[in-house]
Amino acid sequence: MLDVRGLRKVYEGSGRRVEAVRDLTFTVAAGELVCLVGPSGCGKTTLLKCMGGLLTPSGGEVLLEGRKVTGPPPGMAFVFQEYGRSLFPWMRVAQNVELPLRQKHLPRERRRELVTDALRSVGLADAAGAYPWQLSGGMQQRVAIARALAYEPRVLLMDEPFAAVDAQTRADLEDLVRGLWRERGITILFVTHDIDEAVYLGQRVIVLSASPTVVQEQLKVDLPEERDQLRTRVAPRFADLRTHVYEQIQAAKRGVPRGEDPVTTSDTPPPR
Amino acid sequence: MSRLLLRAAYALALPAVLVALWWLASAGSTNVYWPPLRTILKTFPDVWTGQRLRDDLLRSVLRLLAGYAAAAVAGVALGTVVGSYRWVRAVCEPVLEFLRAVPPPVLVPVIMLFAGIGDGMKIVVIASGCVWPVLLNTVEGVRAVDPVLAETARSYGVTGAARLRTLVLRSASPQIFAGLRQALSIGIILMVISEMFAASNGLGFTIVQFQRGFAIPDMWTGILLLGLLGFVLSVVFRVVERRVLGWYHGLRAAARRS
Repeated sequence: MLDVRGLRKVYEGSGRRVEAVRDLTFTVAAGELVCLVGPSGCGKTTLLKCMGGLLTPSGGEVLLEGRKVTGPPPGMAFVFQEYGRSLFPWMRVAQNVELPLRQKHLPRERRRELVTDALRSVGLADAAGAYPWQLSGGMQQRVAIARALAYEPRVLLMDEPFAAVDAQTRADLEDLVRGLWRERGITILFVTHDIDEAVYLGQRVIVLSASPTVVQEQLKVDLPEERDQLRTRVAPRFADLRTHVYEQIQAAKRGVPRGEDPVTTSDTPPPR
Repeated sequence: MSRLLLRAAYALALPAVLVALWWLASAGSTNVYWPPLRTILKTFPDVWTGQRLRDDLLRSVLRLLAGYAAAAVAGVALGTVVGSYRWVRAVCEPVLEFLRAVPPPVLVPVIMLFAGIGDGMKIVVIASGCVWPVLLNTVEGVRAVDPVLAETARSYGVTGAARLRTLVLRSASPQIFAGLRQALSIGIILMVISEMFAASNGLGFTIVQFQRGFAIPDMWTGILLLGLLGFVLSVVFRVVERRVLGWYHGLRAAARRS
């Protein structure tokens, strides 16, 4: 579905050359929910923007369903961290959700259907006529998610979408994303710096190294499909996994080279 | 209702005081150039008959609107181009700064040379003065489009004309309106000035005619009418701005609360 091959991104400017991403290779299968986690400033956003066609990589390539990504592909939707700056403040909620659909030249009836359905899915059916800035942060991010859903993407890229909302809202939004994923079968790539969030949400967690970024480790999350904030987070297995990811990130920060070839390992730590 | 009355009272209090002061201070005036307000007001309906309103006021206003509209369209269009491309900005900026610094009234004799002395000249003068604040503010507004919003638009395939309409111009609209507001007062000034050169009608022409004919109270009524016109235009402008920028004021208020 989504292939990242030897991706490399170097920023050049004002005499400084920053290698943000060195060499990244991984794949995301159709219908998978993969979390990318790494130390702060490890080029997660750069990676995601390259995948979304918003940045041109310096080397390597990104393939979506076998086709090379050169610009934002129509089958892909993006949810940004800065919800407040990613919704159009001069448009009402419904218009915000509808805007990309107009670009797709969908008939009015279909657009209305999709907007209503998407807003209902995120629990904001009543907010269609409000302006984004009349809503709380969590609700604004729900609107951004609804906009992505209405676009009917096959792949959803989420860039630390809950980093700026409070903890309780965050838990709700995590469950919302998992629910929508299971219901709609979208492929989701979720970038976060929060280890618990990555383990709680993902079927698979890809741990990135510090910048210049490579894949530190890939980890299958063998928690049951049914997850909930209370029980899953206190399960011993959850603790194992998060400890393991935490150790990997610490190792990544210290710059300890990974053991085996990270691209092929998708093993999980042995249960204690 | 009572809140509305209170607001109206606040708005009218100072004008009422000023008019009263003027009235009292000028009541016993025998100075020819400084007639009592009472005389001016009594002259007003005699001077500004339907005929005169049509021939002078309406023509002035139409010229003003034509010049202002031309400046708004040209300013926004050019400003969007200049603001969107760094290299265009680099090429144009010094020239724009120079042209902006030239006081528009100075251009009247020059414009008369090629635009003649008719309505065309006056409209060109008004437009040439009004265009700068609109242009420069549009450039700033277009440059300041939020990068996250721009990336959002791009990732959802909002490009070309739709990008201009739904992202760039809307995002720049607060600055564009700031420019339009400055341009409005410049436009009124230039309307009057352009009518003082080689004109046969219009508010500016009439006021100068009265002054030359020593019809001093009549001249004062013209000045009063000019003030009223400016006031009415700014009220209309504010109503339009409230409508178009409702989101912006709401957003600012929301940002202040949080």
